[in-house]
Formats: sequence, structure tokens, C-alpha cells
Amino acid sequence: MANFYSDNDDIRFLFRHYKMAELAELMEGDFSDSETHAWAPASAADAVENYESLLEIVGEASGNYIAPRAEGVDLEGNTLNADGTVTYAEGTQANLKCLAQAQVMGFTLPHRYGGLNCPNLLYTMSNEIVSRADAALMNIYGLQGIAETINAFASEEIKQQYLPGFAEGELTGAMVLTEPDAGSDLQAVKLRAYQDEKGDWYLHGVKRFITNGCGEVLLVLARSEPDRSGGLGLSLFVCDRGPTVKVRRLENKLGIHGSPTCELFFNHTPCQLIGERQRGLVTYVMSLMNGARVGIAAQSLGIAEAAFRVARDYAASRKQFGVAIEAFPSVRDLLIGMKVELEAARSLTYETCWVVDHENYVLRRSAEDNLDAAEKKELKQQEKRLKRLSGMLTPMSKYYASEMCNSVAYDAIQVLGGSGYMKDYAVERHARDARITSIYEGTSQLQVVAAVRGVCNGTAEKYLLEKEEFAYPAEYADLVALLKKGREELVEAVAFVKAQPGTEYMDLMGRKLVDAAIMLIVGHLFLQQSLTSPHWNGAFCEPAVVAESSDNESPATSSYEDMQVHKRIVGRRYISQNASRVTMLCVQVVSGDRSSMTDYDAVVGPVPEA
Amino acid sequence: MAYNSIVLVKQVPDTKAVTGKAMNDDGTVNRAALPAIFNPEDLNALELALEIKERYGGTVTVVTMGLPSACRVLRAALCRGADRGVLVTDRRAAASDTLATSYILSCAVKHIGDYDLVLCGRQAIDGDTAQVGPQIAEKLELPQITYVEELHSIEDGVMTAKRNVGNGWEKVQVKLPALLTVMNTANTPRPAGGRLMMQYKKARSLSELEQDGGSAADAEKLKAKGLLIDQWDLDDLKADLQWCGRDGSPTKVHRIQSVVLTATEQKEVEPTDDGLRGMVHELISDHTIG
Repeated sequence: MANFYSDNDDIRFLFRHYKMAELAELMEGDFSDSETHAWAPASAADAVENYESLLEIVGEASGNYIAPRAEGVDLEGNTLNADGTVTYAEGTQANLKCLAQAQVMGFTLPHRYGGLNCPNLLYTMSNEIVSRADAALMNIYGLQGIAETINAFASEEIKQQYLPGFAEGELTGAMVLTEPDAGSDLQAVKLRAYQDEKGDWYLHGVKRFITNGCGEVLLVLARSEPDRSGGLGLSLFVCDRGPTVKVRRLENKLGIHGSPTCELFFNHTPCQLIGERQRGLVTYVMSLMNGARVGIAAQSLGIAEAAFRVARDYAASRKQFGVAIEAFPSVRDLLIGMKVELEAARSLTYETCWVVDHENYVLRRSAEDNLDAAEKKELKQQEKRLKRLSGMLTPMSKYYASEMCNSVAYDAIQVLGGSGYMKDYAVERHARDARITSIYEGTSQLQVVAAVRGVCNGTAEKYLLEKEEFAYPAEYADLVALLKKGREELVEAVAFVKAQPGTEYMDLMGRKLVDAAIMLIVGHLFLQQSLTSPHWNGAFCEPAVVAESSDNESPATSSYEDMQVHKRIVGRRYISQNASRVTMLCVQVVSGDRSSMTDYDAVVGPVPEA
Repeated sequence: MAYNSIVLVKQVPDTKAVTGKAMNDDGTVNRAALPAIFNPEDLNALELALEIKERYGGTVTVVTMGLPSACRVLRAALCRGADRGVLVTDRRAAASDTLATSYILSCAVKHIGDYDLVLCGRQAIDGDTAQVGPQIAEKLELPQITYVEELHSIEDGVMTAKRNVGNGWEKVQVKLPALLTVMNTANTPRPAGGRLMMQYKKARSLSELEQDGGSAADAEKLKAKGLLIDQWDLDDLKADLQWCGRDGSPTKVHRIQSVVLTATEQKEVEPTDDGLRGMVHELISDHTIG
């Protein structure tokens, strides 16, 4: 029994590190909602207090109720019924009821629809906490982006129809995008959308690999312009999962057994258009996907946190040759590496959310019609900068966190040895659950393609230069010098890549460039975390305000200052060890090695005949 | 048909978080060293009341007796969906034992008046007496079901429930109004609701408001928003003072001992039927069991 927020020193530290009050102001404006909605905060301090209490509520639900059910959910999975409906595992049903009672299913929705109106950073923290308890449940909890998409782009009528139900936890949704021949390449989507004489829309066709496709509300990407191929022929629709939508198949998967992956057949299903025609993929789904990618980064953090904790406990208690195995250098090195990478990915993900929250604010402001020309211009500039930044950081976070999660889960089994390979410990489940994170919502390879654009168009360099302007103290001079040297190496490597014809070499070297950029960014984040005073003065180790769980086995014990010392040590290790890696990666990039392209046939050989 | 519930709850020291400082030198509990929490089985009683409200309609009123700081459990109850919180606080109620406590709480229940059910946790983790609930039923002349594990139904004012009798279960019926004491196996208490928390974290009783230097105008503002926790003293309850506090408490603590159990000897029992039989007989003969 535990509270997965209050036992997590790192999340609690980062909650205080970021200026939550600034985010509260971006979300709440003049706090006038407090006059019309009893739960809306009246001030920034009020909001920040709410934020932490919300994490405590999610932490308690996750630690006390959801985590103990995770093994059962994994074993039981979901059931496809004869009538084309799906029954969740018993534990999943109980968990969804629990989350609905906790009133956290409308985490980011505006107050007027019954939502909590929280920033993305906070939602991401909560997503990580839920995912640590049950990664598969996060696929339902973490699909709140569907409601966000409706909120951002649909008509008021559609919003009224669906959003209060989402906020109450009565409705769950699905992003219905993938088809048998349209996976990474969504421009190839074929599912047909057509209108009858009255102008009402209908859907007809098949979708595959749909996470929670049995949900009540489906956001469907469909071809509304039959004569138009590619992304501009696609629009986004919303429909209910009524009798004309059948789940034809539930996939039998390696992991996330609690999350139903459905094949759906739409048989002339009535639906409503979201926003404007032809903007389905290019505008709406891209926005939805960016949110979902941060969601998968959070899921990855949660799985890694869970796996790391099992491994650490085991290493401290398992004795071989008369000592705990964590005394052995090789095991020590594994565990410390897991912990540092976990914190690195968390830093990058939360920083991304910080940027996304500012971007969302600017987008909301720009849409207001009471702006004068100067304000408009100023907002436009901010929007451009933040868009470029989030366009780079979002795929970086998804890529880095999901790869980290796989490596941490893999190493966790290694620490447990034979026991880790058995079903007796949760690490094998964590490793199975981890495997999907670097695949869905865009594979790591596709994240790199997106992120490397930002590395090569100057966004990364500019961002690193901004970070270098921080007032670092003299004791960090050696580390800052390493980060500067790394940035220069990266800039040189980027120049080399840009001098090559076409984009083939950039994509070939993408991962190396992105890895180097991430290492430099995270290096700055660690150092700055160790130096910034807390922005929230809530007690660091106080028992929960509203969570009433009595049996918190391992409450957080470190103070903010302890954590700053911790971050200094982590930062020093991370930067020192990665400096030579950055150099290596950049040397490889400027080598001009194209052998993967040129020697492919010679090395891989001909395709064997069937 | 709707049913109104009154849930009696207690703020207790967290006896699972016992450290070396948990006991004073004189053997009494050092409350400052232990976090104060919602008595766990009272959360089960609250959950059952909330489920009854969801199933049949009605209201849930939560009452606690204690220092003004006990309002924390009332806020926790409001954050979980209770409709109203009542604090019974009075210096003259200090040092009440279970008899005096049950008298005062029965006065509070009578003062509320309109109710179909009174729900209590089976027992509190500080005293572990399990006496207060049954004594309240006695004083209010209510039928009671103790050790409730499951509520089957309420039909036409008759409740059917399952109670744990130690070595089995009884299915019993009772005509409302009635009092129930609820086990921790009855349900899984819900977490606080996000919106409810954001709203009711601001709820205060008058004495808390005074402690924070609040004015009468502040109290009015809270009241207008439904955030003023009712606060009653013994006069409000028209309680007979001879049954309250020290005067009304026949329990006298003779001596408190700090007992640390240590094993001084050990005995090996053969894992055979005879070995086990011998051990059981021995335990019966020295009155450890039986």
C-alpha cells in the first residue's frame, strides 16, 4: 500500500522546481471561473495547492487500488463478446470506476464542462503515476487528448454533447486512425466518409489496431474527398459506438493486456464532422498525436519507475556470496545507470510539457478577437518559437523516454536474473508492457525523423545557447564547458549534414544527431534543477492533505535541498559520461559513412524466395 | 425511496505509523508524534453510506466529535461526496470514555433528527473497543446490525444485510431506522474526488475560522458557499452534563504498561498430526486459545 505521488521524491521535487503558479495563470486567466464554478481556484496559490492535492489523489488511487489489481488485469485481459462488444478485465472496470470517483477523467478540460482545467505538465505527471501502477490502464486514462481535441476543434454543440460525459468518467474514447494499409503512413487512410441528400455524414470501412476501440466515443479519420489522395482528402469525425460499429477482433498482444486493441468495422455509421473538411490529418490529428506522444513518454516513465523499484529492492535484499548483490560493481553500475536515465527522460518530458503549456496558451490567446495589431504580432512570434520548440522536444521526449523505458525494463530483469524471467515478479510484465512504447503513436524511427528537423534547422542550437545563458556558478565551469564543447560539435555535425544533397543522409544520421542534442539539453536541465529555488512552498514531506491513506509504507523523506544535492551529483555524472558520447556521435556523423545505404544489398543479401 | 444516513467518524492517531516517540513517559499516547488520520473503518462506513445514496437517493451527514482540528476528517468526507459535516466540540466533553462519547453522539444524532440510518466503523484503531456504535443504538433505541460486510437491499424501509459472525455469516433483516457498524471487508473506500477536493478543501468550522483570525463576515461568506461546517457544543445538543466528559465516564484507567513482547525460549514442534495435536492442547491448557 502506497501513495505513488508522495513516495516519489523526484516528481515532488520537479513539482516545486517548475513555476506551477505561472502555469496556473496561463490556465485560469483572471480566475473569474471561481465565481461560477465552485471548484475553480480563486488565485494562483489556490490552484497550485489544488494541483498537488490532485497528484496526491491520483497517487493514492494508483498506489492503493490500481497497482494491486495490475497483475490480475494482465492475466485476465479483455473479452470480445458475440455481439461485437468488449468486456474489460474485472480489475480494469474497478479501476475506471475508481478514476471516475476521483473525478480526474477531465483533467485538462475547462471548468464549464466539469473539467479540472489543469496544465499539461500536471496531467503528464498524473499519467506517469497511473502508468507506474498499471501501464495498460494509462491507455484509457491517458486518452484524454480525445476530449481535448473535441474541445479544441469541434462545434459547441458537439462539445456539449460529449465533454461533460468525459469529465464524469462516463465516457471513454478512442483515436481511430490506423488501417491495415495505413500505419505510420496515415495519408493512405481509405475508410470512407460520405453524405446523404440531407447532408448527414456516415462512415463505412475497417480500422485496425485501435486502442480502446470499444470506447463510447470514436474520433475517426476518414476519406471525405474520394477524388483526393493524400492527407488533404481526409477529415476527422466523431461518432458513438452504436450498433453499426462492431469490434471484429481483439488483438492478442505481447503486453499491455488490459488495453483492448480492436479491429473495428463501421457499417454506414452516422457521425459528425469535427471542424472543417480536409483538415482532419494535417491539423487535428497532428495536434492529437503530439499530445498522445507526450502521453506515451509519461507511460514510459511510469513503467520504468515501476521496473526500477522492483530491481532496486531486489538488489538490496538478494544475497549471493554472502553480500547483497547491489554491492557488486557491475550490478551497481546497472542500477545507477537505470536511475539516471529515468530522471533524464523525466526531465526532458516535463520540460517539453512546460513548453507545450505555453504554446497552448499562446494558441488560445491568438484565437481571441479582442487583440490589437501589436499584441497579435507579439503572439504570432511567440507562437512560431514555441511551435518549433515543441515540434522538436515532443518527438525527442517520446523517443528518449520510450527507449529508456525498454532499456530499464530489460535491465531490471537482468538484475533479478532467473527470478526476473519468471512470472513471480512484476518485471517481466513491465518489460512486455514497455515494448510497445517505442512503437505506437509513431515509432522511434519516426520520432527521430521529426526531431532531427529541429536539430538541423537551428532550433536545438538556439535552445542550447539560451540554456547556456543561465547564471551557472563557478563550480559548474567544467561541466558547462563540456556542454558548450558538445554544442559546438553538434553544430559542426549539423553543418556537415546540411551540406549533403537531399535529406537521405540526415535521416540516416538522425538518431545520432538527436541523441547528441538530447544529452546536451538534459545536461542543462539537471544543472538548472540543482540550482533553482523551489517555486512552491508547500511542505515537502507533509502527509497528504486530502489523501487519507494510513499505511504509506515508504513516504518520501528527502528535502528539496537534499534533492538539489542529488541533482548536482546526477548532473555531474550525466554530463561527464555523455560528453565523450556526444563527441563520438558527432565524429560518426561527419565521417560521411553511407554504408547502410550503399552496402545494404551486399551485406543483407537478396530477398529469399518463398 | 430515498434514505438519509448519518455517519459517525473519528480522527485517530495512525497506529500503523508507530515510532519510538509514540508513547509518553507516563504511558499515554503521544498524539503529536503520530499523524492524525481518518479511522480506516469509518471510511468503509462512509463508503457504504455513499453507495446507499447513489443507489436509493437521500443525503449523507458526517459527524465527528473532537478538537476543532478533527474537521480534517469532515473535509475528507465532504471531498468524497458527503453532503454535510458536523463538528461536535466542547471542552466539557474532554476525557469522555466510550459511554460518555456514545451519549454525546446519540444527542447529536437526535439533534439532526431526520435519518433512516446511522453508520459507524466497526471500531477505531486507537481504542479498538467497538463499543461506541452499539451503545449509541442502545441509547437511541435503534435496532442494530454489527459487523456488516454487505448490503443486499433496502425495500420498503426494510434492509437486508450480511454480517460477519467470526466463523461464518448471517443474513439479517432490519426495519429502518437502524444503526450499522461496518467492517473493512465491506467495500473499498473511494478516493477523494478532484472537483470536490478543490471545492471543500476550503470548508471550515467556526472555531477553525477563529483560530485563523477570520471574522463574522468571513463566516457568512463561507456559509453562502455551503462551506461552513456546522459546529455544535453540548448546550446546542441539550446534553445532560452529568453524562459527559470525565463525570460521565465510569472507565478509570488503573495503570498503563508498556509491554514489549520478546521471545525468551523456543520450542520445536514436529510437523506431524501428533505434534500439532500436542501443541494445540498445550495452547488450550495455558489459555492462549480456547
